[in-house]
Amino acid sequence: MRIVLAKRETRSQIISTLVPIISFLVSLILGGIVLAFSKANPLDTYVYMFRGAFGNWMAFSETLVKAIPLMLTGLGVSLAFRIRFWNIGAEGQYVWGAIGTAWVMLYWQFLPVQALLPFSLLVGMTAGAIWAGIPAVMKAVWKVDETLTTLMLNYVAILFAEYLYYGPWRDPKGYGFPGSEPFPREAWLPRFLGRAHWGLFIAIIIAFILFFVLTRTKWGLEIQMIGKNPDAARCLGVNIKWGIIMVLLLSGALSGLAGGIEVAAIAHRLQKGIISGYGYTAIIIAWMSQLNPIAALFVAILMAGLLVGGDQLQMMIGLPAAMGLVIQGLLLFPLLAGTIFTEYKIRIKKTKEV
Amino acid sequence: MNREKVKSPVLRMVGITKRFPGVVANDSINLELYPGEVLALLGENGAGKSTLMNVLAGLYDPDEGEIYAQGKRVEIRNPQDSMHCGIGMIHQEFALVGNMTVAENIILGLKEIPFVPSMTEVKEKIKELSKRYNLKVNPDTFIQNMSIGEQQRVEIMKLVYRGANILILDEPTAVLTPEEARDLNRIIITMLSEGKSAIFITHKMDEVIQFSHRVQILRKGKSEAVCNTKDVTQRDLAKLMVGREVLFRIEKKAFNPGSVRVKLEHMSAEDETGRQFLKDISFEIRAGEILGIAGVAGNGQQKLAGVLIGLFPVSSGTIQINGKDMTNKPPIQMIRTGISYIPADRIAMGIVGDMSVAHNLAMKKYREEPLSKKGILHSARILSFAKQMISFFNISTPEPSTYVKFLSGGNIQKTILAREIDACRGILVAVYPSRGLDVGATEAVRKQILEQREKGSAIVLVSEELDELIAVADTIAVMSEGEIMGVVDAQTADIEELGMMMAGVRRRSS
Repeated sequence: MRIVLAKRETRSQIISTLVPIISFLVSLILGGIVLAFSKANPLDTYVYMFRGAFGNWMAFSETLVKAIPLMLTGLGVSLAFRIRFWNIGAEGQYVWGAIGTAWVMLYWQFLPVQALLPFSLLVGMTAGAIWAGIPAVMKAVWKVDETLTTLMLNYVAILFAEYLYYGPWRDPKGYGFPGSEPFPREAWLPRFLGRAHWGLFIAIIIAFILFFVLTRTKWGLEIQMIGKNPDAARCLGVNIKWGIIMVLLLSGALSGLAGGIEVAAIAHRLQKGIISGYGYTAIIIAWMSQLNPIAALFVAILMAGLLVGGDQLQMMIGLPAAMGLVIQGLLLFPLLAGTIFTEYKIRIKKTKEV
Repeated sequence: MNREKVKSPVLRMVGITKRFPGVVANDSINLELYPGEVLALLGENGAGKSTLMNVLAGLYDPDEGEIYAQGKRVEIRNPQDSMHCGIGMIHQEFALVGNMTVAENIILGLKEIPFVPSMTEVKEKIKELSKRYNLKVNPDTFIQNMSIGEQQRVEIMKLVYRGANILILDEPTAVLTPEEARDLNRIIITMLSEGKSAIFITHKMDEVIQFSHRVQILRKGKSEAVCNTKDVTQRDLAKLMVGREVLFRIEKKAFNPGSVRVKLEHMSAEDETGRQFLKDISFEIRAGEILGIAGVAGNGQQKLAGVLIGLFPVSSGTIQINGKDMTNKPPIQMIRTGISYIPADRIAMGIVGDMSVAHNLAMKKYREEPLSKKGILHSARILSFAKQMISFFNISTPEPSTYVKFLSGGNIQKTILAREIDACRGILVAVYPSRGLDVGATEAVRKQILEQREKGSAIVLVSEELDELIAVADTIAVMSEGEIMGVVDAQTADIEELGMMMAGVRRRSS
């Protein structure tokens, strides 16, 4: 008897939806093994994590705080992945969004104070867009591999931000703390529940707009064509170079907006703590949501829950907060392995003895 | 008489069945091969010849059936097993590494390869084998500097080096000039005298007659007949292959050319490395004219078609469409002049497999009303447009929303044809449009092309079937190594002369 894989004749919608869910459960089981090795009861630990992330309004608002930048970077990364441009530089684009927004907030105060917030976010988006546009142009014009360029530009962005808040932008009244001066209070992005802020609504609106653009517009059709068969797209008159550049500008702008909103609503200054790996988690969100913008919203909340729940573990049962990250990391493996079930059927085949 | 039958077969396949999604590629096929013989495996494209041979080569795992080598039952699960049974296959696409030498390529796939292989030993053996079989292969030459014919001989060398005694050749002459094909035949005859045997996959009946001792005909995945070659005629073979009497005649209205639609003047094109793949090409096509492009595959025909729709830049010369200079314009502008394009590689270039049939049908017209307005797609109209096309062009698909990659090859081609014919406004560039299609679909394709001609389109038809070109085209241009060797009137074209030009002999200027 042998197990063989047979290519599926049609794509099963049920299986495509089930794979991420089952992958999540498998990653919980794998995480449970890790927990058991750390001498913690996996079931109790997961209950603590869940309560810590969703147990009450306060906890949920903290989960939302982390979910908002994850939603926006997740949307940005998904968009680039749709044309098979492996943008793993959301982190750098996010950092540039924060820098751009902070620049306007701190140094453009000649503007009326009501104009500061929208204008600063716009500049933040532009900065993120440019940071994604550089590898996009390099790929479109000279075919430079984007995984390397986007990844390496992350470090350039992060180190440049560090230079700013340790150096020229450091708050002289900040007692040596690495961070800029605070932004004018009137220009902060308002909050509505605990620290959860309007960024949530911005992210949701953008997700729905993206969904519409991708499924109902000419441009969305071209993005699908470029992503699924660039050679055919070219024969049919689609401008691939433009497509790559435009999609990446938008992708970078979304991650930039995430960074801008984070400093405008949470940190209120450019400071060390804002760089926390959202741009990398966004990659997992993109895969788990199967590049669907609406699904990305929910997956972002789930991932944020893992982060916040992980923090709780440290306080409640003295496990490292990184436990949440461990589970996040474990998620990608069953998820990638699971795609085999969307493409293939498993058949058991009898072989006669030779 | 029948000395093969006296011996026992070196290879026997019994009841081989191989299924792919939606098709039975091989339906319980039996095959026997005797030492010292060439067995031709004849069939239309898609008849299951390559699948059957890939089972022998260890690339496909059959769903049912048994294989016996030298009388012993064997399991072939991978290419190593296959090599172990003395079977070697040369695919249409060669498996050679371009920037390595012949000797390096030969040892690449060997099973027992020492950590530091003794290259002098390897080279000696290559030279000896080269002499024995007249392969004319130098172990130190780099693959990238060899012609296709030479590369094919390296592939043969690879097999004999590994001690293969059963050679499978998948359409070996498709890429060869007639002269090279005769060389190949001589090489194979030498091998037969040593007791080796060969299976020769082909869909050309004249090759069967020339090269083989026995012929097995496959049709639609089933074995149709096995006969001794000397007992059959080409006509018999054709009948067995397609399942009915083939009519090579096509209803075609008289040639009535209009104004010049496409004009190329001294057009050359080169790749990034500066190698010219199209050299000094000039021709005109008028409205209502079909220009057939003949040539051995890979001599620039596909590139020429690509240049016409703006896929590759032109390095010198000009392209005029409807009297306007369109040299080096991007595909979108070429499309706007009304050019339709049926690419050679339909899966890779013609469709987006992971999108619906409806979207694929709309891919030429989605930019304008009624299918879209101000950038927003009109889904209901796209669907009704698709339904019309599906019924008009007789595309068999479960739903308009089915991913096009799940359709059969013929229906994929019909989808492309429907989209391109429907959007065609005066110029059609069709590359191997009937390749791999069954007789019915081929007739439909030819009919559509002729209909376009009657509507006054200028048509470029690239084909490797001279019969097709002579039947369908008005004029035929023959290409060899990126150049046009000559242009002849299709009605008075002589196959021998076309063959000479395909081999690179320029036409005597008349």
